[in-house]
Amino acid sequence: MGFVSRAFKGRPRDESRDARLPPGQYLVHDFPVLSAGPTPRTSLAEWTFSIEGEVDEAKHWNWEELRNLPSETLTRDIHCVTKWSKLDTAWEGVSVDTLLEGVETAADYVMAFCDGGYTTNLPLEDLTGGKAWIAYAYDGQPLESQHGGPARLLVPHLYFWKSAKWVRGLRLMNEDSPGFWETYGYHMYGDPWLEQRYSGD
Amino acid sequence: MRSLDLAVPGWPGHRAGQHVDVRLTADDGYQTQRSYSIASAPSTDERLTLTVERLDDGEVSPYLAGELRAGDKLELRGPIGGYFVWEPAAGGPLLFVAGGSGICPLMAMLRLRQAAMSTVPARLLYSSRSLEDVIYRDELDRLGSTGSGVEVMLTLTREQPGTWNGLRRRIDSEMLHAVAWPPAEQPLIFVCGPTPLVETAANALVNLGHEPARIKTERFGPTGG
Repeated sequence: MGFVSRAFKGRPRDESRDARLPPGQYLVHDFPVLSAGPTPRTSLAEWTFSIEGEVDEAKHWNWEELRNLPSETLTRDIHCVTKWSKLDTAWEGVSVDTLLEGVETAADYVMAFCDGGYTTNLPLEDLTGGKAWIAYAYDGQPLESQHGGPARLLVPHLYFWKSAKWVRGLRLMNEDSPGFWETYGYHMYGDPWLEQRYSGD
Repeated sequence: MRSLDLAVPGWPGHRAGQHVDVRLTADDGYQTQRSYSIASAPSTDERLTLTVERLDDGEVSPYLAGELRAGDKLELRGPIGGYFVWEPAAGGPLLFVAGGSGICPLMAMLRLRQAAMSTVPARLLYSSRSLEDVIYRDELDRLGSTGSGVEVMLTLTREQPGTWNGLRRRIDSEMLHAVAWPPAEQPLIFVCGPTPLVETAANALVNLGHEPARIKTERFGPTGG
């Protein structure tokens, strides 16, 4: 694909590094912030997390209840559609499997919804089987608000816009439906290894 | 800082505020890509302008701002994005808050406003390190002084000319209170710049009573490449 850019050299190739970088990504060591509007503020006293939509019975947790659920710590690489990747990021949170225990549903898709109105859609099977968390700590510290605190969805195997900041719940759906960025032409699924950045990739 | 005027055969046109992905390929097949905001107003002539700030440790920007010369070819993808955009029909009044090269997508909106002869009132608060770092300085001077309905306010955070009688500190709540349209006028607000500036400005605007849904932000860190 493409053509050679005259006199373009690029950074030194580092084979050991490249194996963990999906196509078209470059490494960063800081933690860039991207969001479409002001950082929302919800006090922990008002904060809740819900599982709703196509379920037999909706479930809700307040902050304390969520924090009392069994948590996991994990280290993963993350990949942003704006081309940066960050390796070995350390998180703590509740597995989505834990939240879905006892939830009866025939739905195949999920819309994550957030403070500030952000949404993003995912297949349910990408949130189950140890692939997704509601994360509330990063690098051993409470998750900063600019990175999505008090809690964000963490789905590290997909582009990071799917890891919705300021998440407040999951709405189960029978049919797939585009979320915020997906409405503006970003990919419905977003696999970084297939470079599914935009609609049509 | 360098502006690149690109002829793009088949370009479908863009909306003010959208960006493109630029992909470079080395002769061994190595590729890398970055996003750049389009600084030109939408047009039908299959041309667009990118303004590239050279980052010393960048991989793409030193090439675009230095090596690239007239006649070279670039691989583009776009236009991309559709949220951080303005069109005359969206109205105003408009408040633009920019830091550094964050002016680029806002410039596309200001240029569109001019091209469309829109009379929507607009204010720009633009933070730069020094007067030399003010991108589009002449054009902004003209825009701000010709009764076009655009007010331009510069703040210079590090270095000011001896004769400078303008703002001389980082954007803060007090500055936004003085510059922004009152919340009752329901301005449409676009903020673009490095994360600390965007975070400060957006939070301050919410505290001043502006509706969060009317504040659109675009952020970039030092790793923009």
